[in-house]
Amino acid sequence: MRKWLLAIGVALGFSALAQTGKLEIFSWWAGDEGPALEALIRLYKQKYPGVEVINATVTGGAGVNAKAVLKTRMLGGDPPDTFQVHAGQELIGTWVVADRMEDLTSLFRQEGWLQAFPKGLIDLLSYKGGIWSVPVNIHRSNVMWYIPAKLREWGVTPPKTWADFLATCQTLKRKGLEAPLALGENWTQQHLWESVALATLGADGWANLWNGKLKFTDPKAVAVWDTFGKVLDCANKDAAGLSWQQAVDRVVQGKAAFNIMGDWAAGYMSTTLKLKPGTDFAWAPSPGTSGVFMMLSDSFGLPKGAKNRQNAINWLKLVGSKEGQDTFNPLKGSIAARLDSDPAKYNAYGQSAMKDWQSNRIVGSLVHGAVAPESFMSQFGTVMEIFLQSKNPQAAANAAQAIANQVGLGR
Amino acid sequence: MRDRITAFLVLLPSLVAVGIFVYGFIGQNLWVSFSDWGKNPTQALALRPELQFVGLENYRELFSGFVDVRFRQSVVNLIFFTLFFMAGTLGLGLLLAIALDRGPKGEGFFRTVFLFPMALSFVVTGTIWRWLLQPQGGVNVLPTLFGFPPFNFPWLTTRQQVLVFDWNQLPFYTALAVGLTLLYLAWQAHRGGERKRLFWSLLSSGLLLLWALTLGRNIRLLPYAEPHGFSLALVGVILAAVWQMSGYTMALYLAGLRGIPVEILEAAKVDGASEWQTYRYVIFPLLAPITLSALIVLGHIALKIFDLIFAMAGLDYAPTDVPAIYMYLLAFRGNQFAKGAAIGILLLLLVAMVVIPYLASQLRKEVRR
Repeated sequence: MRKWLLAIGVALGFSALAQTGKLEIFSWWAGDEGPALEALIRLYKQKYPGVEVINATVTGGAGVNAKAVLKTRMLGGDPPDTFQVHAGQELIGTWVVADRMEDLTSLFRQEGWLQAFPKGLIDLLSYKGGIWSVPVNIHRSNVMWYIPAKLREWGVTPPKTWADFLATCQTLKRKGLEAPLALGENWTQQHLWESVALATLGADGWANLWNGKLKFTDPKAVAVWDTFGKVLDCANKDAAGLSWQQAVDRVVQGKAAFNIMGDWAAGYMSTTLKLKPGTDFAWAPSPGTSGVFMMLSDSFGLPKGAKNRQNAINWLKLVGSKEGQDTFNPLKGSIAARLDSDPAKYNAYGQSAMKDWQSNRIVGSLVHGAVAPESFMSQFGTVMEIFLQSKNPQAAANAAQAIANQVGLGR
Repeated sequence: MRDRITAFLVLLPSLVAVGIFVYGFIGQNLWVSFSDWGKNPTQALALRPELQFVGLENYRELFSGFVDVRFRQSVVNLIFFTLFFMAGTLGLGLLLAIALDRGPKGEGFFRTVFLFPMALSFVVTGTIWRWLLQPQGGVNVLPTLFGFPPFNFPWLTTRQQVLVFDWNQLPFYTALAVGLTLLYLAWQAHRGGERKRLFWSLLSSGLLLLWALTLGRNIRLLPYAEPHGFSLALVGVILAAVWQMSGYTMALYLAGLRGIPVEILEAAKVDGASEWQTYRYVIFPLLAPITLSALIVLGHIALKIFDLIFAMAGLDYAPTDVPAIYMYLLAFRGNQFAKGAAIGILLLLLVAMVVIPYLASQLRKEVRR
C-alpha cells in the first residue's frame, strides 16, 4: 500500500510542473550558521515557489541537542522530510543499519555525483552497496593554526612532525610561554587526539582502526596515547573550562603558539575576529599529517516514511548541485564537497583547502562522526576521561578496545 | 453509597491518567532496563525495535563492567554532592534565619535578597557561576580588590580527588554505613524504651557489621583496584547550588522560628536557660519537623540534579558527572537505551529511599489524628 502511494507520489511529482506541499528540513544550523542555510532555502524557494519550507532547527554545536530530538521523533514514527547528519558512520551506524533510510545510489547516478565527488568521500558515505546521504560541505579536522608574526617573534617555525612539535614546545617554554598549545573542553581534546593518531598510525593505520583490522591495544595504537600524553604536557591546564573559541583566542592573544582545530576556526578568526587569512593568521596540516585530508561533512539523507518525499528529493538535488554548494559554503566557512566548485567565491583559506581536497588522501574524522558509530563515539569521551585521570596509555587503550568490542566496531 | 460512587467517578480520570502516564511508564522503563535495547545497532533505532530479555545484565555492567567506570564515579559524585549540598543549605539557611529572626534593620530587604536566587532557574545560576569560577577571573581575583594576592584554586577545571577509596570496598562501606545507622536507631529505641525495636535493630546491625568486618572485606566487584573519590571540581557546583537553595531553607526556618510561641521562650528564660541552652533544648527540637521536610525537598533536588551541572561544566566532563547526566549521554547520544533505563530505575530507587519513609511517617501521623 505504502509502496503504491509512493509510486503515485513520485509519478505525480515528475508530471506536475509546479511542486506544491511542504518540506520540513531538520538541522542544527542556527546562529552563526543560520544565514548559510537560509540562503540555500531561498534558492530552493526560487526553484519551487509552491512549496512551503519548514526550517526546523534545534540549536547546539555539532548537533548535540538536535540529534536527541531527532531520535525521539524517529522512534515515535514522525521523521522529518530530510535531516542534517554528519556523513559517514554517524548516519550509517545509527540510521542505515536500523533500516530507516532510503538508498540514494540511483539519485547519485542520475545527477552524475559519482564523478562530481571524490572517491574517498563516496567510500565513507557507502555501506552494503548503497550510498546513504548527500554531502553539502566539507570541513577539515587536521589543521594547526598560528599567528605568523608571533612565531617570528619567538623565532620558531610551524613543526612538521610531533617530535618536532615537542622540541618546539620546549623551546617556547624556555622563552617563558607556559602553555604553547591552546586546548579547550573535552571534545577539543578528542579532536587533538585524532590528529595525533592520524600522524602516528598513518592514513592506512587510521582506516584499519575503524574497520577492526588494527586493535586499540596494538602497541602501535597504544603509542598514540603515549605521544598524546606528551603533547598534553604542552597544553594549558585549565582546558576543561574553555570553549574552542576561547582556545583560539589564546593563540590570537599570543598566550599560546598553536591550536589544533577544525577549519571552522578560520571562519571564527576571519569573520568574528576580523583577521586576514594568510597574513594575520596562518595554518598548516597538523604535524605529521601533510598530504592527508581528515574530513568531516554535513549531509542530508532521506528517511523512510518522509511525508513529502518528492520535495525532499528536490532538496537533495539542490544540496548536491554546484549552484547549491557554492551558495551555501562561502557563507558557512566550509568548502564544497564537489570537485568542480568555483574558487573565486571562497577566501584564501577556502582556496587552499580546496586545493588539498582535490589532491590529498581523504580519511574520515572520529570526533565528527565520519568513521565510527555514535555508540562508540559517545563513549570515546569516557576513554578520554580515563586517560586524563590516570595518564595511563594502556588503560585508555584497553577501555577503547572494550568499547569497540561492545559496539561491534568494524563489523 | 451514592457519595462513594460519585467520589470514585470523580477520581477515576486522574487515577487512569496517573496509572498510565506515571506507573505505566515506570513499568515500561523497568522492562526496557531488563532488555538489550541498544546492544544491537540494527535494532536500536528501528521503527519497531525487537528487544531481548537479559535480566540484570545492564545493572551488572553498570556496577562492575569495565567501560562503565564513569557511572561509578558519577554515583560517588552524587553521594558527595548530596551530602555537602544538604549540609551547606541547611546550615546556611538556619544561620540566615536566626540572624533575620533577631529583627535587624532592613529585615524585609535582606529576606528578599536571600530568597531571590531561588527565583532563578538552575541554568541561569549555573551560567553565572561558570563565569565567576573561571580560574583567571571572578571569585579568584576577589582578594586583589583588597590588596591580597589572588586565589589560584582552579575550581571546575581541577581533576584532583580527595577521600579516595577502592570501588571494591563499596560493599564494606555500605554495610558499615547501614549498620551504624541501625545502631543509632537501636540507641533511640533504647531511649524511647521500645524493647522490641531495640532488639531487632540491634540484632540486624550486629549481623551486618559482623558481615562487613569479616566477609564484606573480601568481596571483589572488579578484578583490579579502581580508585574513586570526592572530586574537588564539585566544590564549585556545590557552592552554586547552596547559593541558590539556602534562601529557601531560610524561609522555611524563619517561618518555623516565628511560629514558636513566645510563652515557651519566656518560660525557658524564667527557668534560667542561657541563650545557647534555649536554642539547643527549645528551639532546635521545635524546628526538627521543618528540617525533615527541608531534607526531603533538598534531597530529591540533589539526587535528580542535571541542569545545574549541564550549564556549569557541560555533559562531557567526568569530574562533575552525576548519574542523570550519564543517563542522558548513554541513552540519547550513545543509543544505549536499556542501560540508560537502568540508571533511571536506580535513580528512582534512590529518590524513593528518601521520599517513601517520609510519606509513610506523614500518613501514619494523619491516621493517628
